[in-house]
Amino acid sequence: MFDPGAYSWMAEKVLVATWETIYMVLISTSLSYIVGLPLGVVLVTTADRHILENRGVNRVLGYIVNAVRSVPFIIFLILIIPLTRIIVGTSIGTAASIVPLTLAAIPFVARLVETSLKEIKWELVEAALSMGANAWQVISKVLLPEAMPSLSLGVAITAINLVGYSAMAGIVGGGGLGTLAYYYGHQRYENDIMWVTVIVLVLLVQLVQMGGDALAAKISNRRR
Amino acid sequence: MIKINNLTKIYHTPTREIVALEKVDLEVEKGEIFGIIGLSGAGKSTLVRCINMLEKPTEGSVIIDGTDITGLTSRELLSARQKIGMIFQHFNLLSSRTVFGNVAFPLEIAGLTGGKIKDRVGELLDLVGLSDRAGSHPSQLSGGQKQRVGIARALANRPKILLSDEATSALDPQTTGSILELLKDINRRFNLTILMIAHDMNVIKRACDRVAVIDRSRIVEVGKVIDIFSNPQTAVSRNFIGSVIDKEVPEHLLQCSNRQRPGTITRLIGVSFIGDSTGKPLISSMIKKFDVDANILYGNIDHIKDIPFGHLVLELTGEPGQVAGALDYLCGFGLEVEAIDSV
Repeated sequence: MFDPGAYSWMAEKVLVATWETIYMVLISTSLSYIVGLPLGVVLVTTADRHILENRGVNRVLGYIVNAVRSVPFIIFLILIIPLTRIIVGTSIGTAASIVPLTLAAIPFVARLVETSLKEIKWELVEAALSMGANAWQVISKVLLPEAMPSLSLGVAITAINLVGYSAMAGIVGGGGLGTLAYYYGHQRYENDIMWVTVIVLVLLVQLVQMGGDALAAKISNRRR
Repeated sequence: MIKINNLTKIYHTPTREIVALEKVDLEVEKGEIFGIIGLSGAGKSTLVRCINMLEKPTEGSVIIDGTDITGLTSRELLSARQKIGMIFQHFNLLSSRTVFGNVAFPLEIAGLTGGKIKDRVGELLDLVGLSDRAGSHPSQLSGGQKQRVGIARALANRPKILLSDEATSALDPQTTGSILELLKDINRRFNLTILMIAHDMNVIKRACDRVAVIDRSRIVEVGKVIDIFSNPQTAVSRNFIGSVIDKEVPEHLLQCSNRQRPGTITRLIGVSFIGDSTGKPLISSMIKKFDVDANILYGNIDHIKDIPFGHLVLELTGEPGQVAGALDYLCGFGLEVEAIDSV
């Protein structure tokens, strides 16, 4: 029953898959913030009576964000395969997974950022405006720094979501822990692999959440 | 310094129009502390926000130092705002910045850098007495200290005008006093024009030279604080003053007029005195000059900004001629004398 060779083979597979998952999550989280953060800022500041009030832009962006978010990820994944092929040249592997992960996360990030920035009291914006701050200064010196603890929790939530999504992408050949669990755990009935994958995913999510909490607490504490 | 002409502000909601300000005219002189008092919802917050265009007036003009700020381009408006400081009821300090960083904020906005910012922030913190708290975060400060940071921040770019939006409303009475003293000191030292809105007449009484009373979107009375206190023209003003100076004589005092001798009369009078006359021994000189007894039933002396302002209730007893003479004597000093019905 006990075969050391089999276990070292498994350990290697799990390690490689874990790294692939971390890689996909890190890259897609970063890329989704590059687009999602400005998008969230625009959603907040173009709202009625805000500093860049623009009802048209606000409505259109809102609709797009809602539309993308309302498509279940597993469908979204398949739906954008042609686009993924154009961008990375293939639809399987970790690089290919980053495309749907990022695109699905962008509207999610935008809403998270929007929620964080909306928590900032309007009075603070008003105070900055009274001193002659322009819109960019209000965003860069008031909204974003003030929202930093909440924004960093948002990054953790996004990364955790992407851990889950990356596992789904794994089922259609996206690589990482999802692929491992599906091919070996499910299709080849290797329950050990299935369980190890689950444990690694749980640990990964715990670590990300703890990291986010610690960062938010650190920022808040520095202000106390 | 500030000239407001025919200022109207109407808010449009989907269902109706709300008139926040209606045809407001107001003039604030350079170097004065001007108060605007009104109940919540009277329009005073909107009025003060029209002065730095945080609210865009629907109609009318706001002329500051000769420039109509309602006609500025948005770029010009940003630099105009740097010369109009503002302080707030809830301080509105940035929690992401230290005391130093908060005071540096408007300087960064104005385009100053490194050393210049450091020097100016040092001066300002010195001015408000918080030099030792530069590295603290706002959450580590008391309310009064937070408002001092707010004041330092508002003065950073050497404004021509300081707008105060209920700056002491969230503070206890003692702290309110020290903040008002600081504002008065700054007003004297820099000849800075201060426009202060408040719902508490005590604040106006302690700090302001002139006051406008605003009621239901309109200015109903404007004048020197001392004049409004001594001779209010409207019911709204009388209410505000009543909340500060209690002219009502307690009833049990009115009932003790008893020592009536034959051939004499007793008169109950209220005497109001302002400024110089407060310092003179008018009552004792009156008693020496006329054969009357004066019984002081009630009295108080208060200060409006730095001018003493008092009220006495006297019971004068004597022969009719002597009493009448005494009353004329008091009136001759410019005191306001009124008869009170005894019970």
